[in-house]
Amino acid sequence: MKVAEKEIEEFVCDAPNAQDKSERGLALLKYLILGVLFGIVFVKAEIISWFRIQEMFRMTSFHMYGVIGSAIVTGIISIQLIKRFGIKSVAGELITIPTKVFKKGQIYGGFIFGLGWALTGACPGPLFAQIGSGFTVIIITLLAAIAGTWVYGKFADRLPN
Amino acid sequence: MNTFIEWLSQPWPWYVAGPMIGLTVPALLIIGNKSFGISSSLRHVCAICIPAGIPFFNYNWKKETWNLIFVLGILIGGFVATTFISDPNEIVIAADTQQELAALGITDFSGLMPADIFSWENVFTAKGLLFFVFGGFLVGFGTRYAGGCTSGHAIMGISALQWPSLVATIFFMLGGFLMTHVIMEPLMKLVGF
Repeated sequence: MKVAEKEIEEFVCDAPNAQDKSERGLALLKYLILGVLFGIVFVKAEIISWFRIQEMFRMTSFHMYGVIGSAIVTGIISIQLIKRFGIKSVAGELITIPTKVFKKGQIYGGFIFGLGWALTGACPGPLFAQIGSGFTVIIITLLAAIAGTWVYGKFADRLPN
Repeated sequence: MNTFIEWLSQPWPWYVAGPMIGLTVPALLIIGNKSFGISSSLRHVCAICIPAGIPFFNYNWKKETWNLIFVLGILIGGFVATTFISDPNEIVIAADTQQELAALGITDFSGLMPADIFSWENVFTAKGLLFFVFGGFLVGFGTRYAGGCTSGHAIMGISALQWPSLVATIFFMLGGFLMTHVIMEPLMKLVGF
């Protein structure tokens, strides 16, 4: 086990940056390129389609189950290989995967997100790809999602968790 | 070259798209020791633009700039795919779903998104309020409350064999099933479908 499962010092979000070396300017370009590739896959596999999400929840197509399922299998194999061979990051650091702590929020929040997912036909990633694809009205959905995030932050300590 | 573009322009099957999405997990870990997740970008926007002294938004967001660059990339990727390699044919939707949606008042099945709902004309109507404002709010509030979305929990979390992420994913699906099969129809009637 070469993977340090340390807590990220400041906070744990779903996508923390565990790299010690700071990155500025052009060093950030690689994330842009990766994002572009990712966005292309979202559109070409029609994951951004409201209809595909409806098919998923109506269980009339295997497509989305296949996408998410095979993504998870690929992810599991990749992380196991990284652990097994002690692969380091490009900057030479030990690869860190923060431990997710169980909270009631995963139940309540997860359920609330699910309700929204079926309505908007999008989780946060596809929202960005939809806007890029020319469905500019989704800017409103994105702003509402930012507002929802803010309201959660405002009342976070008063919600059961 | 043209045949290559034509080949790329077809809809990509799940067994191509899924593994490509899955590979984002090791790609981010290896290029920058970063965990895959997208909904956190919404939190960073709050932290940058409207922190309002809320502790939840008081953190070193500069360290998480990469996440915002990544989602900007997703937006650009959406543009690139739609502009250069878009599928000239109409989207193929399962017949059952098409019938069920038609019964709810969806008539346009030509694009990736139903024009009956997702158009600027609907912004200041009850339809827009339901699908954009209410729906978007639930997505933002729910993902933050859950500590992640489909990418952070379902893909990254389960890939790292973290059971809390499996719990979150099960409840994503339960919420979606309830909305689709029980709540959506009365809500759509209410907003004039």
